[in-house]
Amino acid sequence: MEEKKNLHSVFSNGLIKENPTFRLLLGMCPSLAVTTMARNGLGMGAAATFVLVGSNLVISLIRKIVPGKVRIPVFITVIAGFTTIVQMLLAGFLPEINKQLGIYIPLIVVNCIILARAEMFAQKNGPLASVMDGLGMGAGFTLAITLIGSVREILGAGTWMGIPVTAKLFDPAVLFILPPGGFLAMGFLIAAFNKLADRKNPKDETREEAGCAAGCPGCSKAMHGGEA
Amino acid sequence: MKELLAILIGAVLVENFVLSKFLGICPFLGVSKKTSTAVGMSGAVIFVLVLSQAVTWLVNHYLLVPYELEYLQTIVFILVIATLVQLVETFLKKMIPALYKALGVYLPLITTNCAVLGSALLFVERNYSFIQAVVFGFAAGLGFTLALILFSGVRERLETCDIPEAFKGMPITLIAASLVSISFMGFASLILP
Repeated sequence: MEEKKNLHSVFSNGLIKENPTFRLLLGMCPSLAVTTMARNGLGMGAAATFVLVGSNLVISLIRKIVPGKVRIPVFITVIAGFTTIVQMLLAGFLPEINKQLGIYIPLIVVNCIILARAEMFAQKNGPLASVMDGLGMGAGFTLAITLIGSVREILGAGTWMGIPVTAKLFDPAVLFILPPGGFLAMGFLIAAFNKLADRKNPKDETREEAGCAAGCPGCSKAMHGGEA
Repeated sequence: MKELLAILIGAVLVENFVLSKFLGICPFLGVSKKTSTAVGMSGAVIFVLVLSQAVTWLVNHYLLVPYELEYLQTIVFILVIATLVQLVETFLKKMIPALYKALGVYLPLITTNCAVLGSALLFVERNYSFIQAVVFGFAAGLGFTLALILFSGVRERLETCDIPEAFKGMPITLIAASLVSISFMGFASLILP
């Protein structure tokens, strides 16, 4: 029972409290690039979740036999392997989504979320917990980028998942499906998340510049340290 | 020659890597707080991009394509880039300490810069020749530099502004980036004949 509760909290952690996109500010490139439509966000989220779960599982299984000094190159190879699998699966079964997401599928390799979870969670925990962490983080990422995609699609094209929803309420602002709209929607959504989090927990000071500023250079530094 | 110029202007202005392709967002947001660090990072990125374009093109053309191993591109490219960054760092440390001092701290951050892997994947997609791929890498780096330095100027001014609590930090930075990105859309009509 204790174990079960623990796994549950590992899963829900990634969903809201440590949402990789809105709270940890990791993986900004795909969050901005592919979110012109809700469906693309969903596709990207599913692909990244697959890689995240797979690499977390494998890394957790081999964590005791990989020497500390070469762990980062090993992690990257594992992640690149899973990315290649997902790339081939998409090309084979969902060619349309694959075409839409283009080079951002292979770019999952350099998505900070995955290396950060390998480094921060999978190499310290057992396989079951690591899979749950992968699922939670993946779900949080999927939720976040689908949300951004929905906002941009509704405002920019007046549709959601391809279905017209705004009818004649307002003219779609094309800006939102163009690159500047990505930055704009993301900025306002993070601000909204901050506002909500501050109301709930006013003493939380962790958010300030926690992510990209610290996150990506953080994981690159780890990578560097691993190879030296 | 005209083709190369088109690639150059295309990658710097029309489809700027950072502002319209969203490649290299992390360093763009991470190191653009001060113009001086922005310059250092840009130098390191241009340097590594040109080198990695040359090496990955050769590896792709003479190893992966002849043996029909194209499906290994992602794995091979990222390993080549990681190794290259490490080699460049060791080499500069020993041979050109002055340059190492200027670029050193930024070099390790480049492996996970998606602009580097992204431009390697793009030259495959677009079937570029060796020269085209290298020029493309240089132009991508130049575009990154332009965006980073322009944006660091904007951010230095943001420091002194009175911003609502919830917007402090990343949100206002993203909104500023959006405005810079809008200004770059003006270049969209700049297509060479």
